[in-house]
Amino acid sequence: MLVTGVARQLGGRFVRRIQRDPQVDRVVAVDAVPPEHHLGGADFIQADIRQPTIARVLAETGADTVVHMDVTGTALGSGSRTTVKETNVIGTMQLLGACQKSPTVKRLVVKSSTNVYGSAPRDPAVFTETTPPKSLPSGGFAKDTVEVEGYVRGFARRRPDVAVCVLRFANILGPTADTPLASYFSLPVLPTVLGYDPRLQFVHEDDVIEVLRIASHEPARGTLNSGTFNIAGDGVLLLSQCARRLGRPTVPLLLPAVTWAGSLVRTLGMTDFSPEQIRLLTHGRVVATDQMRETLGFRPKYTTAETFEDFSRSRGPGLLPPEALAGAVDRVAELALPGSGHLPTQSAN
Amino acid sequence: MADAKVIPFDDDRSRAGAAPRPQRRRSVGSRRKGADSALGEVQPLPGRPVPQDDGPVTEQKPVTDDTPEPQDDGGLERRIAGGLSFLRRRLTGDYEVDDFGYDEELTDQVLMSLLRPVYEKYFRVEVKGVENIPSEGGALIVANHSGTLPLDGLMMQVAVHDHHPAGRHLRLLAADLVFMLPVVNELARKLGHTLACAEDAERLLGQGELVGVMPEGFKGIGKPFGERYKLQRFGRGGFVSTALRKRAPIIPCSIVGAEEIYPMIGNAKTLARLLGFPYFPLTPTFPWLGPLGAIPLPTKWTIQFGEPIHTDGYPPEAAEDPMLMFNLTDQVREQIQHTLYKLLVQRRSVFF
Repeated sequence: MLVTGVARQLGGRFVRRIQRDPQVDRVVAVDAVPPEHHLGGADFIQADIRQPTIARVLAETGADTVVHMDVTGTALGSGSRTTVKETNVIGTMQLLGACQKSPTVKRLVVKSSTNVYGSAPRDPAVFTETTPPKSLPSGGFAKDTVEVEGYVRGFARRRPDVAVCVLRFANILGPTADTPLASYFSLPVLPTVLGYDPRLQFVHEDDVIEVLRIASHEPARGTLNSGTFNIAGDGVLLLSQCARRLGRPTVPLLLPAVTWAGSLVRTLGMTDFSPEQIRLLTHGRVVATDQMRETLGFRPKYTTAETFEDFSRSRGPGLLPPEALAGAVDRVAELALPGSGHLPTQSAN
Repeated sequence: MADAKVIPFDDDRSRAGAAPRPQRRRSVGSRRKGADSALGEVQPLPGRPVPQDDGPVTEQKPVTDDTPEPQDDGGLERRIAGGLSFLRRRLTGDYEVDDFGYDEELTDQVLMSLLRPVYEKYFRVEVKGVENIPSEGGALIVANHSGTLPLDGLMMQVAVHDHHPAGRHLRLLAADLVFMLPVVNELARKLGHTLACAEDAERLLGQGELVGVMPEGFKGIGKPFGERYKLQRFGRGGFVSTALRKRAPIIPCSIVGAEEIYPMIGNAKTLARLLGFPYFPLTPTFPWLGPLGAIPLPTKWTIQFGEPIHTDGYPPEAAEDPMLMFNLTDQVREQIQHTLYKLLVQRRSVFF
């Protein structure tokens, strides 16, 4: 098995996990930079997937399963947006070219994102795998994923003998996730777009590892693991709900102001507050996961709300911890209703 | 249906029962008034601990001190406790929304309480035929659309919410313009509305929800005053194929009274194009009187839900049959138009 993009936390975790599976003899981990974390017993090969060397790596290792995780929104360490785009698009093209020439490859798993649907007010509320986006993403990571998926579809046509699985992940969160959304939620005060309360969906990093495992093995009986699948936790959280559960105050700004502030922050290099990120935080995005349940046979362990809870636990309290607010309301209840002690409905906190 | 100018007759025989109509909600309304006076007493209390509140929702908090079931024994205390626990849930984000962003708790406790005075006191809506709405399972309510601003949809939502014995929630399908406007889109999603497209409608019907649609769209709501109560083309009849595919009954609904709230005597097309709106209404008062002119006229409304048209007798491939689709669309349209005329004949005057 060959895994790309292992220098990232998620790739590293997947490599460590997959080696414990009995079906896996050998894991070859590939990335352009050596990872900071250990990879268990996997063989690390430093190779840039944008270069044709990847074909040699694939030929020499004779891998039968390729897990392509090097499709990401942010640069690792210090890298410009151009490098990220090149790794995403050119890297995928090179890797697919290598796979096409390799007689041993039987299975290809690609980590994509629900970004391919974009976010627009004219889209249906819930996207299924077949929903065409009303407005194609105009740039950034979203456009990369659209192009990557296009190349993957082309590959699947040319090599019908290879099982191709494209996993469109919703926003990945978790204690160690280093996604743009995670860094957004780590801001002390959350800037939001005035007059919009987007619906968000999260998927826990543990579930990401698990579904990648399912996709990279032979399918279990009664399931099919080739095709395109949306992967997201159950349920939906509104941004305002997220902010309250995190205990971080929000600052509603006008949409032009947010766009301007986003580009300012980006220029300063503080956080990746890209235009598509702003679109997500304006209009939100929800995907249907029926295919994931019924065809892929995967049930996420964490719902959207549980994922967010796990994430917020790992981030520490914000400026307005929900417990403190709840306590304040309880104290008022004591004042207003002496003797009645606790409120009839206790919240889950 | 050539002439729609069926203007009020002195035919009030059928309305004799209207005045003392035993309205279920009226009692709730008066109780609610009690809640409001209670609100006056308790308001300062929740106001104090929440100086840090952050969202627009929290500003509406004090309104929520009326709980749905105020009981007479220690009713005030229960109300305060209920209001505070609601406040607590809202502040800590401990509530649920569905995939479409529908916030049932907020709708029931806050938004409906805000719309109800308009419904009961301002437009004095009379509801007929609410028993035609099934108490469970998906159904598609198809209504006429009028009034320049989509108040008719909101009133229909209150009507179903307050009068249906099973307490069903109407999920309206709204134009994409609604979801482009800030604040409006947020409120619409929280009220359970979603974009008028086949995907969303089918998903909602598949979940067994009651879906409301106004197929006339902008053609209906933005038509000049002279064409009032004249139904426009029903889109392309997409609602029929959606209902056929999900085998959901179609319930025609006629709304009388909404046409006269903003008599649109002109349309500033250039201004509308500039602002990106489908029309810019000119009424006798708007925009001449400024914001004051945007107050709707207090007309008397009647909402009648008609006999359901069942779609489960058709074979599955019927949804693909354009002829059947046109026929059904016409049937629904005729039925609504017919009921509109009937209600207009029965109406005593526009305002009473």
